[in-house]
Amino acid sequence: MEEKAMNRESNVYTILFSAIMVVIFALGLSLIHQTLRPKQIQNENVDTMRQILRSLNIEASAAEAEAKYAELIKNAYLIAPDGSKVVGTEGTQYYDRAFSAISRRDAAGLPVFEANVNGNTIFILPMRGAGMWAPIWGYLAVNADGNTIFGATFDHTSETPGLGDAIATQAFGERYIGKRLFQNGAFTSVSVVKPGASSLRGEDYVDGVSGGTITSRSVGVMMYQSIGAYENFLMNLQR
Amino acid sequence: MAILSGKTKAALLGPLNKDNPVIVQVLGICSALAVTAKLEPAIVMAIAVTVVVALANVIISLLRKLIPTRVRMIVQLMVAATLVAIVSELLKAYAFDVNRQLSVFVGLIVSNCILMGRMEAFALGNGPWPSFLDGIGNGLGYGWILVVLGFVRELFGSGTLLGYQIIPQIFYDAGYQNNGFMSLAPMAILLTGVIIWIHRARNKDLQETE
Repeated sequence: MEEKAMNRESNVYTILFSAIMVVIFALGLSLIHQTLRPKQIQNENVDTMRQILRSLNIEASAAEAEAKYAELIKNAYLIAPDGSKVVGTEGTQYYDRAFSAISRRDAAGLPVFEANVNGNTIFILPMRGAGMWAPIWGYLAVNADGNTIFGATFDHTSETPGLGDAIATQAFGERYIGKRLFQNGAFTSVSVVKPGASSLRGEDYVDGVSGGTITSRSVGVMMYQSIGAYENFLMNLQR
Repeated sequence: MAILSGKTKAALLGPLNKDNPVIVQVLGICSALAVTAKLEPAIVMAIAVTVVVALANVIISLLRKLIPTRVRMIVQLMVAATLVAIVSELLKAYAFDVNRQLSVFVGLIVSNCILMGRMEAFALGNGPWPSFLDGIGNGLGYGWILVVLGFVRELFGSGTLLGYQIIPQIFYDAGYQNNGFMSLAPMAILLTGVIIWIHRARNKDLQETE
């Protein structure tokens, strides 16, 4: 080793060292990201399928999710604000427009998934909203009457562990089964209330998660806004 | 040459007991409180921190003769952040569900004081092999505290372990209730205090003399 070939404390050395390190680390990281990305996207798609199935009260493992999804989900498409199907958007695969519209807004409309469970048609509507710390989302399965809830599931990126993150449990989703989205022909959504309390305006309600007040409230707001956008679609089903 | 000489052995085993990062040096407390409401995330977090500290120590140790003193903290932070990003990418690709459970905490490993502490205090002045062992030792020293906390908190807070029901239904029928306080962060710090108390009572040399 050449001793003191370069002064380690000089400005030039410090800047050069930092620049080289940053380039090496950034290159390494992006290489790893690029290599793993297809696998990650695959995981994300399978996870979305599992969540859609969960709204139908079916718990599928990652391995069986794709087959189960293909078996139960019969159709998917985008709908316009007036509730009508947008022509040319049909397709249930992850590269089709309805599937990609779950995570990325599609200007053409809102995604709807149609499932066939024991001969009954169920409509699955994705929801997106803001939680306490980061986005929350969920899937609401509605019966063909366009009013009663068949099942619901929720998920989150970073709600408080042990408290707000309980919205992702099966027990919380199950509280929605049988609740009605409309009262006397008007859209009211389903509110989330403090356990023991009842709703303010006579709409159906479920108990929130204890210790997760803000997250619980966010779920109520998300459902009101996300499902509210499907109001005309659901009204058309009721006719 | 023995694989574990006196000094390397101390680097590996010391942090498990008298040099424990959590209960003696009181480092990494925030994540120890945050991920221990359930046992499984506590175990995964323990493994993730052990891997990251060990690798970060090795990298810093290999670079120790090249790093300019003035920017050493920034270099350490960059190494830590890169390793954590890689761990996160790997989890997303190969352990998707575990990654979702740990949510924000994987990213927070970067700010774990143990990580910076070991790079600064040990890896900058020691060779790669002792540094690696020091990282493993400190990761495990942090890890066993997490596992103990997670075990007690999940058992008494939810009546389960790793998600399986442990406390039988008969107990609940007889009026037993889960202690919800166990699931909250304050109980984690009280339990940590209890562990420190027991540990110091058993190791008189850790107690300050008047």
